[in-house]
Amino acid sequence: MTEKRALRLSGLEPLIITPESNFINVGERTNVAGSKKFLRLIKEEKFEEALVVAREQVENGAQIIDINMDDGLIEGKEAMVKFLNLIVAEPDIARVPIMIDSSKWEIIEAGLQVVQGKCVVNSISLKEGEAEFIEHAKKIKRYGAAVIVMAFDEIGQADNYVRRLEISKRSYDILVDKVKFPPEDIIFDLNIFPVGTGMDEHKRNAIDYIEATRWVKENLPHVSLSGGVSNVSFSFRGNNPVREAMHSVFLYHAIKAGMNMGIVNPSLLEVYDEIPKDLLEHVEDVILDRRDDATERLLNFAESVVGSKKENRIDLSWRENPLQERITHALVKGIDAYILKDIEEARIQADQPIEVIEGHLMIGMNVVGDLFGSGKMFLPQVVKSARVMKKAVAYLLPYIEADTSTKRKSAGKILMATVKGDVHDIGKNIVSVVLGCNNYEIIDLGVMVPSEKIIETAKAENVDVIGLSGLITPSLDEMVFLAKEMQRQNFQVPLLIGGATTSKAHTAVKIDPQYGNAVAHVNDASRAVTVVGDLLKDSTRVRYMSDLKEEYDKFRKNFKKRSKVKSFLSIEEARQNKFKIDWGSSEISKPKEPGIQVIEDFDLKKLEHYIDWSPFFRSWDLHGKYPAILDDVKVGEQARSLFSDARNLLDRIFDEKLLKAKAVFGLFPGNTVNEDDIEIRHEENSEEKTMLFRTLRQQLKKHGEQPNFALADFIAPKESGVEDYMGCFCVTTGFGTQEMANKFEKDHDDYNSIMIKALSDRLAEAFAEYLHKQVRTKHWGYEPEEDLSNEQLIKESYKGIRPAPGYPACPDHLEKLSIWEVLKVEEKIGVKLTESLAMWPAASVSGYYFGNPEARYFGLGKIKEDQVKDYAMRKGVSVEKAEKWLNPNIAD
Amino acid sequence: MSKLEEQLKRKILILDGAMGTMLQEYKFTEEDFRRNRFAQWPVSLQGNNDLLSLTQPEAIATIHRKYFEAGADIVETNTFSGTTIAMADYQMEDLVYEMNYESARIAKKVAEEMTAEQPGQPRFVAGAMGPTNKTASMSPDVNDPGFRAISFEELRVAYKQQARALIEGGVDILLIETVFDTLNAKAALFAIDELKEELGVDVPVMVSGTITDASGRTLSGQTAEAFLISVSHIPLLSIGFNCALGAKQLTPHLEVLNRYTDSGVSAYPNAGLPNAFGEYDQDSEEMASQIKEYLEKGLVNILGGCCGTTPDHIRAIAKIAKDYKPRPIEKLKNPEIV
Repeated sequence: MTEKRALRLSGLEPLIITPESNFINVGERTNVAGSKKFLRLIKEEKFEEALVVAREQVENGAQIIDINMDDGLIEGKEAMVKFLNLIVAEPDIARVPIMIDSSKWEIIEAGLQVVQGKCVVNSISLKEGEAEFIEHAKKIKRYGAAVIVMAFDEIGQADNYVRRLEISKRSYDILVDKVKFPPEDIIFDLNIFPVGTGMDEHKRNAIDYIEATRWVKENLPHVSLSGGVSNVSFSFRGNNPVREAMHSVFLYHAIKAGMNMGIVNPSLLEVYDEIPKDLLEHVEDVILDRRDDATERLLNFAESVVGSKKENRIDLSWRENPLQERITHALVKGIDAYILKDIEEARIQADQPIEVIEGHLMIGMNVVGDLFGSGKMFLPQVVKSARVMKKAVAYLLPYIEADTSTKRKSAGKILMATVKGDVHDIGKNIVSVVLGCNNYEIIDLGVMVPSEKIIETAKAENVDVIGLSGLITPSLDEMVFLAKEMQRQNFQVPLLIGGATTSKAHTAVKIDPQYGNAVAHVNDASRAVTVVGDLLKDSTRVRYMSDLKEEYDKFRKNFKKRSKVKSFLSIEEARQNKFKIDWGSSEISKPKEPGIQVIEDFDLKKLEHYIDWSPFFRSWDLHGKYPAILDDVKVGEQARSLFSDARNLLDRIFDEKLLKAKAVFGLFPGNTVNEDDIEIRHEENSEEKTMLFRTLRQQLKKHGEQPNFALADFIAPKESGVEDYMGCFCVTTGFGTQEMANKFEKDHDDYNSIMIKALSDRLAEAFAEYLHKQVRTKHWGYEPEEDLSNEQLIKESYKGIRPAPGYPACPDHLEKLSIWEVLKVEEKIGVKLTESLAMWPAASVSGYYFGNPEARYFGLGKIKEDQVKDYAMRKGVSVEKAEKWLNPNIAD
Repeated sequence: MSKLEEQLKRKILILDGAMGTMLQEYKFTEEDFRRNRFAQWPVSLQGNNDLLSLTQPEAIATIHRKYFEAGADIVETNTFSGTTIAMADYQMEDLVYEMNYESARIAKKVAEEMTAEQPGQPRFVAGAMGPTNKTASMSPDVNDPGFRAISFEELRVAYKQQARALIEGGVDILLIETVFDTLNAKAALFAIDELKEELGVDVPVMVSGTITDASGRTLSGQTAEAFLISVSHIPLLSIGFNCALGAKQLTPHLEVLNRYTDSGVSAYPNAGLPNAFGEYDQDSEEMASQIKEYLEKGLVNILGGCCGTTPDHIRAIAKIAKDYKPRPIEKLKNPEIV
């Protein structure tokens, strides 16, 4: 075939990619999975700043920009459309073509509908079968876009030469012959996988990609080839010279074979000709799989040229350094193996033992603080540093106490507490550790701390700062109450607010006005140090406090101004517009095992594959999706190290049965009554009883045909005459957590103390996921054939839902009391409710089961006073009580 | 090869001139626009030229005939604003199908009569699909650049209805014209592609964009080549430019199309640039002499006129064009590539 066809793309200007074109560089800083900063900006809806990221990328030479909004916490479709609409209005960005990147077709399609130029869709594949592949390709053609096709089919991702050929050939034939897709508009991504992992099956990863690229280029006319290059050097994270060489060697060969576009981080690329000869040879041996011992040889060689890596494995050269450098090194790297030896040496040299803390250790911790502050260290590393620090301090304390001539001077005393009724403390503990590392004295009152105790301790200890944390919504009121109380008692110390349920908005609007002194919302451990520092240092205190007050004041004003005028329906109107299921034809299955069941001594190991790891990383301030996060440019190395520590502890939990998992659940006949209540029938002491679950209905006026949902809509109303069913459950994996955490703390090991809590939480979620699956396939049995991967489970692709009181569909925590009553949760498995209706142990999950195929998750949003009154009446509680519990959801 | 393609290969096809300019001469009053049928219509209808296909069909047919007699091979239907979106101003959304269908029928009837009279010169009808009065990729509010007054989906639905009525009324070609926002045109192309599949017809499509000013870009900011790339996913009979500029100013942009497209190239410029009173006053000789440059460079396959042009202009263009060979069209040479 002599005829050459170009891939023609367009933004405001054309981009023509011919066989003669140089390698086309795709920018991916506007990808929420590729850039933490971009993710944060989108989450915070700072679209203006996000545009700056896009602009810089184009200015720095990206010829296409990849835009991806796939993140669990982002409304992907809305964010994609909004961002694209804004980009289109910026000629200096919109001049280049756009790559619309999503794993969700609806996001891709929404993107295609707002861009005038010829885009690239990233991506489609045969993963879900031929029919869907054809349908999407046909649409893409109709929208006028090029397409990236992943080498992925119904069986899985192509990971060897032959599979790459098979899948690309099959994809090509379908596209060209059946869809009549122009072949020059097809771009293959043949999957770049890492080499040098030490595993035999990975040896040919690079060469297979290169050879497959060559084959595709020669046999599938006119197509382009693309890929994400940094994957190939995945196993050499932390050794940039080697990675840079690997990237350029890989590209050198892949481009010769026909790869003509891709994502390359220009700062991680060496010029091929400038790679030292010996390094080049070693790297090429690995990339091209030229000898059996290539990986080993490169590893050894890498140590020798670079010298500064993998110290925790073999390199002990740092032990030769002077004492202070060793201590600093141990702190920065979190190595505790030699710390007591070094500290003893320091103590002997010092005049007074206290000097070791204030000198040697603080010098080291300042380095840690600086690295953390500048983003060069990550939270898990800092917590490991703290572990070393604590061990050192614990060793020194007896000497210091014996020496009455001095007293240790701390930078300040900080009281930390999780407020009354709340049991969650992972975030609080992390902040405590980080502050402790910075020489603050921490008085940690733990969880469920009544306000009187906080006030009393603060006075008695004469603390400099009070920090409050909380995860569930009732904690917000508790914090407001404490702020009022501190004002009444004329406190003069700053108040820090943190925890998952808190927000800058709530702090500014509800807490700050209650307290005359400084209030600061600190939801990020890395900020805690600077905020506390600024609040306590004489030179900055006054200024910082007035800045804070001013900032919140401004925020309040804007917040009130910005509050969009939303229109609401009355509760009657909302009920008119309920979600309607055709009960005549709806699939309703009778539970195979009705009634209540208890699971005790459950084997936790079964939960291993049900764990959703992404939130685990989030709890350590590492943001990104698992498993992609392990390969993240910025935090990947930390994520892998954290993950490996987590796996080790998890194995211990499994092997030594450190935690106990229990569950209770019940499946009952039930019907909707009076529009929004669900009446279930259950047996107690062989007597049939009824119980009412109260549900709340969306009241925000909807666009078009959108209904106003309530959970009650998913259950057949009594008057339909149809017998329907629902369930409820509580699972826990929390028994044993606190004991383990205490043990670790005694050993000055905050790292593992936080780790065990974070893992228990993940296991509880995994247990809920597992049990839900058991219920769907077995106990209720409406989906006996279901076969979903964990990824699909996380994406909630199954039939039926398990909403939890306190979460968006049913934010009322009070409903937990009904679940506890029906299932006798506390008697059966020992999970208690606190006065704020938090579950104890904290690693527990409770909720309802709805089995109707049309049941779906939704967010209640804001509701109006008429529903609150109606709800109070139905529930038989006072309006005040209902208001208190529903407060976060009541529209102003 | 269809009769139309045969003609396109053989000669430079002549498109008609302005409909609006010709209608102005009739000086229709509000009552003339309304006639009996719309006597009670709640809003003013004067200026709703598309409506004249229902209330003054003889005038429309006469204008078509004048253009054919001046030498046009193709006339455009009187449907520039024939979408629910553009007709909303007149509250005539429900009449859109009928207007398009009737307009197509009127033009087709005249074309058939002319072809019967002069079998050596077959005549064709292009169903005109204007840009609507809203833009899908620009915000009408400078303070809110992310806002859009219309969505792709709304445009797709409106264009699909218009295209269906035009096809069912008998047009030979669909002409998406005066494209100032490429995304609007893409919605029209999407709708037409769906329709072709649903109706099982293969109606040829022409696309004609508008380069707004001396910047050399469309209103939505694209260069001529970017515009071409953005609409090339659907097979086109021709791609070209019309309106906004005079023949002379259009030349460099036609050169770009000529170089990069394997479809036909069309041009129907205005009668010069507007004078101080907003009128187009370039006479037919001057316009024809400027168009000569296209012909000498071999840039075009289809030629006609936009604002301010009359049967005189078309006659002059037809006269000069007949001495030149059409631009060779790659697609027609190697139909197997398509």
